[in-house]
This record gives sequence, C-alpha cells and structure tokens, in this order.
Amino acid sequence: MAGDRDCSESLRTAVLDAAGESRPLQLLGHGSKAFYGRESVGDPLSLAEHSGIISYEPTELVITARGGTPLKEIEDALREKGQMLPFEPPQFDGKGTIGGAIASGLSGPRRPWGGAPRDLLLGMKLLDGRGQILRFGGQVMKNVAGYDLSRLMAGAMGTLGVLLEVSIKVLPKPPQEHTLMLSAGDCSVTWPLLHKMLIEGIPVTASYSQGEQHKLRVACSPQRVKQIVQRYAVEAVDDQDAFWRALRDQQLDYFKQKDPLWRLSIPPAANIDDEEQMLCEWSGGLRWLFSQRPGSEIRTLVEKVGGHAILFRNGDRSGEIFHPLHPRLADLQIGLKQVFDPEGIFNPGRHYPDY
Amino acid sequence: MHDRLTLAGEFRRMLPEECVIYREEELIPYECDGLSAYRKVPLIVLLPYTAEQVEEILRFCQQRQIPVVPRGSGTGLSGGALPHEQGVLLSLARLNQILEIDSENMQARVQPGVRNLAVSEAAKPHGLYYAPDPSSQIACSIGGNVAENAGGVHCLKYGLTLHNVLQLTLITIDGERLTLGSGSLDAPGLDLLTLITGSEGMLGIVVEVLVKLLPIPQRQQVVLAAFDDIESAGNAVAEIIAKGILPAGLEMMDNLSIRASEDFVHAGYPTEAAAILLCEVDGVDEEVSEEISRVREILQQSGATEVRAARDEQERARFWAGRKNAFPAVGRISPDYYCMDGTIPRHQLGRVLKMIGEMSKRYGLRCANVFHAGDGNLHPLILYDANNPGELEQAEAFGGEILELCVAVGGTITGEHGVGMEKINQMCAQFRDEELETFHGVKRVFDPLTLLNPGKAIPTLNRCAEFGAMHVHAGKLRFPELERF
Repeated sequence: MAGDRDCSESLRTAVLDAAGESRPLQLLGHGSKAFYGRESVGDPLSLAEHSGIISYEPTELVITARGGTPLKEIEDALREKGQMLPFEPPQFDGKGTIGGAIASGLSGPRRPWGGAPRDLLLGMKLLDGRGQILRFGGQVMKNVAGYDLSRLMAGAMGTLGVLLEVSIKVLPKPPQEHTLMLSAGDCSVTWPLLHKMLIEGIPVTASYSQGEQHKLRVACSPQRVKQIVQRYAVEAVDDQDAFWRALRDQQLDYFKQKDPLWRLSIPPAANIDDEEQMLCEWSGGLRWLFSQRPGSEIRTLVEKVGGHAILFRNGDRSGEIFHPLHPRLADLQIGLKQVFDPEGIFNPGRHYPDY
Repeated sequence: MHDRLTLAGEFRRMLPEECVIYREEELIPYECDGLSAYRKVPLIVLLPYTAEQVEEILRFCQQRQIPVVPRGSGTGLSGGALPHEQGVLLSLARLNQILEIDSENMQARVQPGVRNLAVSEAAKPHGLYYAPDPSSQIACSIGGNVAENAGGVHCLKYGLTLHNVLQLTLITIDGERLTLGSGSLDAPGLDLLTLITGSEGMLGIVVEVLVKLLPIPQRQQVVLAAFDDIESAGNAVAEIIAKGILPAGLEMMDNLSIRASEDFVHAGYPTEAAAILLCEVDGVDEEVSEEISRVREILQQSGATEVRAARDEQERARFWAGRKNAFPAVGRISPDYYCMDGTIPRHQLGRVLKMIGEMSKRYGLRCANVFHAGDGNLHPLILYDANNPGELEQAEAFGGEILELCVAVGGTITGEHGVGMEKINQMCAQFRDEELETFHGVKRVFDPLTLLNPGKAIPTLNRCAEFGAMHVHAGKLRFPELERF
C-alpha cells in the first residue's frame, strides 16, 4: 500500500519558486513513461509522494485520487467492488500513476468501447504555473458549468499544470471476458468479419491483429461465446488475461524490436501500406509499426487517410515526436499555454518544440 | 452604436437577400430561445447557407466589432441564444445537410443545423443510430447539442455529446476554418475538441460535425417501478448500480410530474406513487431477458410497490413518452414553469429533494421534479404565473437557491442545459475568482475582442462581487450546515 499524503502545499511552494525564477520543471510520477514524448529540460519535480485515494463511492461510479496515486492501488480498490478504470491504462514496467495516465492520455485495448482518459475524467484540482490551485469539473457525470478545462489536461503531457487530484468515472467490470481467435489473413481480411460482429452487437472489448494472428476479447456468458463461435466460425481460447495485459503494457515479443516505434491512429476501416508488419488494436483504429523510414513518409501515409502518427519509442527524441499541427492550432495551443503557465515552467518542449 | 439599416445594406451585398432579416416584425420570432422569460430583439438576424458565408460574416463582424450570437434551433433552456441588441444573431439553421453516412467506420458527417433525431433516422437503414437523445431531439440541432454538450436519457451508458463527437469544423472570429479532432480515435495536440464542446458558442462557430454512430441494439426493454417514498426509489438506483448493472437509461419522476405526464400522454403511470423509476436495458435478446429479471428482483427488494416491464414496443414508447413529455406536461398545469438543471452526487438525492420541498413551501410555489437518476442530473420544474406581479422573480430566486444547494452538496449548477444568461450569477457560487479569470483567459485566446456571445456563460468578477454582496447576509453563506466541497 502506497502512502496517503497530501503534498499540495510543498508542491505549490516548489512551483512558486520555479515560476519566480522562470526555472523549468520536469513533472515526474513513476517515470514509467519517461521514454514517451520529446526530451524536456528542467529540475525534476517528483509527484509520486502526493498520493492516496481521497474518495471512492462505488454506487456513484466515481473515484477521486491524488495525482501520484499508483494505478495499481486504484485498480485494486476498484476490483474489490467489481469495478474498473474503463480506459485500461497501460502500466509500462508494471508502474504508473493516475496523474501520469491522464497527462499522457494513453489508453489500453478497451479504448474504442470503454473510452479514453478525456472521456472518463470528470474533474480535477490543478496547480497552475502561477501557483494557484484551481478546481474544474467535479465528481458528477454531467457538468457543463464553465469551459471543460479538466479534460483539456488529458494528453497535455503535463505542460499546463500539476494534476493534484482527479475524479474519474469508473464502470462495472464485466463479470466474464473471453477470447476468440479469428482465422488467418491480415487486418484487411479480418476487418469485414469484425465489422459484422460489431454491427450485430457482439460485446467486443478488445481486438488484436499481428501477422496472421487475430484475437478478440468479448464480454459475455460462456453460452453466448458458444453461439458466437458457431455463427462466425471462430475459435474460443482460454486464459488470455495475461496476453491482454501484455498487449496493454507492450510486453509482447513484437514490442522488443529496436527500431523507432510508430503509433498510427487512423479511421478503423482505412487501408494503408505495410499492414503485414503492423500490430493492430482498436478494431483497426490503432496500429503499431517499427520502421526506419523517415518520419515525413510515415506521416504522409497516415494523413492521406485522415489519421496522425506519433514516434512512440526510440528514434530521435529531440525531433518531431507528435504529429505537426496546423499553424493556427499551434498558435491557439501556445495561447492556452500562456493562460495556465505564463512563465513556461512545466515540461517545456515535452509535447511540442515551441511550448 | 451600429445602424440597423446601414448594416443590413452591407450584409445584403455579401449574402443573398433572404439571408438578411432586419425588419422589426420579422426579428420578433428570434427574440428568445427556449427560455422565453428572457427576451431581446437582435439588431439583425443572418441565415447563411454555407460555411464560406459564415467565414465572411465573422470576418466582417470582427473588423467592425459587432457582437455575434450563434443560434441553432433555439430550443436551449438557459438563454444561450438570447440575442444582443447591438449584435448579429447568426442562425445556423440553413446549414442542414447530412453530408455522409459512413457505415464502414460507423460515422456520420453532418452540418450543424441538422436535427438530432434526423441523424438516427438517416443512419437507421445501416443498422446504426446516434446515441445522445435530449428530450428536445425532434427539434434541437446537432450544432446546439455541441454548444451545450447536450445529454439525454441514455447518457449513463452512452455518454454525452462530447463522447459521441469525433471531429468539428470550427470557424474562428477572424474567419479562419479549423479542424479539431479526427476521424480516428484521437488527434494530435491539446484536445481542443473537448474544449469547444459545451463552450456555448463563446469560442467559435461550428459548421460541420463528425459524429460516432452505434449499432442499434437488438432489443430494448424498459421496466417501470413505483415507490411509496422517494428515498427508496433513490436507494433502488444505487442498488442497481452496486450490482454491476449499467442500464441504458435510469430515470425518476416525482408525484407531481407523474400526474402531469399521465394527464397529458396517458403513459399508464401509477398516479398514486410518490416516485417512479424507469429502467431501460438494451443488448442482445437473452442477455436483456436475464438483466431485466435481475433488475425486477432488485427493485422489489428495494421496496417497489409495483414493478412492470413494458410488454411490447408500443408500451415501451408510451413509458418513455411520459418522461420525455414531462416538461410540456407540467406546462399544462401551470401558466408558466421554470426548469432548473443541477447535478448532485446521487446519494444526496433524498436530502436535496427534502430541502427543495421546504423551499417550495417558503416561496409558495409548487415544484415538480424529474431526475436523470443514473447520472445525478436533477430537473426541478418551478411552477409560477408570470401574470402575478413578482412571481417570476420569486421563481428565479427559488431556482437560484436550488442551484446553490446543488453546489453545496458537491454538485454543479448545470448538468446539460448550459449557463447561458440564466445561471450566470450562480457561476459565482461554483467558481472562485482565479478560476473565472482562467476562463476569461481561455476566451481571450480564441476571441480577443469578446465578440462571440458576449456576456454569457462566464460572469465578470465585478458581477460576482455584486452578486456576492447580495447573497452573503451578515457574513453568512447559504446552507451553513452543509460541508463545503
């Protein structure tokens, strides 16, 4: 059990001191996603000690925790009540905090059906670059008072402030999940079958395709699984929890390659080149590719189908990591950065080079 | 001061004649939205046909510093589309085309003036539908839904507008067209899509929306349960969720709204009940049957006096018609009503309803309650008669007190209707100065001259200072007995 400690005041002091000297800070939870994003500069500001679940009321479907709370602690508390974090956050190296999960905006295999951090985030207490502690959103499902600034923090890579507390919608964990194997063929062959299953209301909660191997996770009773196996000519396989966890945390052999790893987010039905080398999740909406090809080529490839690419691991971490933005969007982003962090002290350059 | 006729002449050089409305008698229909207690005649109404015309209008207004108030179908309940007397009311009603239904990717590309229900109707031949279903869905537009982050009776399971929109095309006040979000499940950069959704037309004008479509469930089944007291109904809701069931819809109505609805649409509601719950389950056939029997059991154990499942699709539609028509039904039993929209943590329901009951006695005004019980969104309907001098003011004061109570128990002043003009004072109860200043900072990033929907949604600090002076009596806050969240 990790500590239950409120370090808001010491963190506020640290931020005020840094802001006073325009001295950059690198926000640090467990460091499990240190490989992700651009290289940043500044003194490390550890947030891991600011930890602990503040409130959890299962019948309200909401948990509120300090940013440094380990994901594992949250998942254990939820599991005890038959609930889960619907976005299935990755825990690289078995670590990760809830603040880091929100700030990175990363989701696991359940994403297309369970939502992303921004979908589940209900509210937060934010420490901004002026040392102000601000509350946005709340602990209720529906809240349209004021601009939705808490969701803006999801995926902002800690560039707008310190996530002191987050309130997150949780959901009942399906009582049973089963894994199905699909017959051989690449993504483009399996897509029509998967699409048919989705349209016909099969409760899919994860998908995986790599080479000729295709797996689906479904949340339903064993009787229903039998029907599905018959109707779609697929095969049921047992004991796959460890497999889905390994996919979530990138522990599968596929992820042991040393080349630059690209994360391609595209419309699920889109056809793109190099499919045979990719690992596909999210019924085709998320594809992983190890490649030495120049970034510009890969970005052009996904842009053509309306998607975007992130250089996820390896490669030049001081270059272009996230997909370049339309100049006006980049300007708006810089404008927002100045609202929250006028001195530019939080994770400078971690997200985009110019803020 | 801008001169109406001169401006009309300029706009008529820019737009087809029928797009510019400036004669006083033709402006009157636009003087209010769904919150008819607030009225103002706009300087001019513009009804463009295309996104290019919207760009041109905005560029012109920015250059001449003319306020712009966007409007969809005008069904909003918080005065968000209340016109500005010195400004343009920009109606998006003519951008009303469904541009594409992409059944492969399960998406629809629509213009903002398309009605909410029309999207599901167009998607139906593909076996798909658009999930958010605000009660006004036959009339309200997708653009308005985005501006308010509209909910509906099925958002416990399927989410709000935010969760069902993938991409927006936004025109900024200086006439630049931007794409936010993408056809995939995420987009690069800060998530501006979430910021724009629910921003009440304060940051830009949405001219195209890509929405997510879902497969139509094989079967939907609704159960109606009656209770002798509201508290048991509230406990039943908590019990259903504690047992791991996530209903597609979970709604509650109190006795006054039950009777009003029954008189109006003859839904078959038990008119003696203190409260009813409607619990809808959807999915494949057998699983729905199984879940319905679990729900029935939980409801009975929670003290329901009657539990009835709809026998067929007609009865299901009737059960829902009663709920979806609750507002107009209440409109029939009172000359006027004032609809509130607070959200509370669900376990506070009993306490909040009791306090609303006490306020109702104190103000001498009846109050009917309908409740999106699954997600804690409460709609008290305050009944009043605007012809009785002072009664509107009393209703507003009563409503304001309810919203402040929602904040005090850890909730919010608006779950899905937006702040608009109506709840601008209560924003001061929910947010502190530094939070409001941050909102104003965000506004300035998008709209430095504050021309888009000026004066709405976010109060100035001065306004809050005055409001605070009115409300803190002898240094005491309201509801001093409650712990502050």
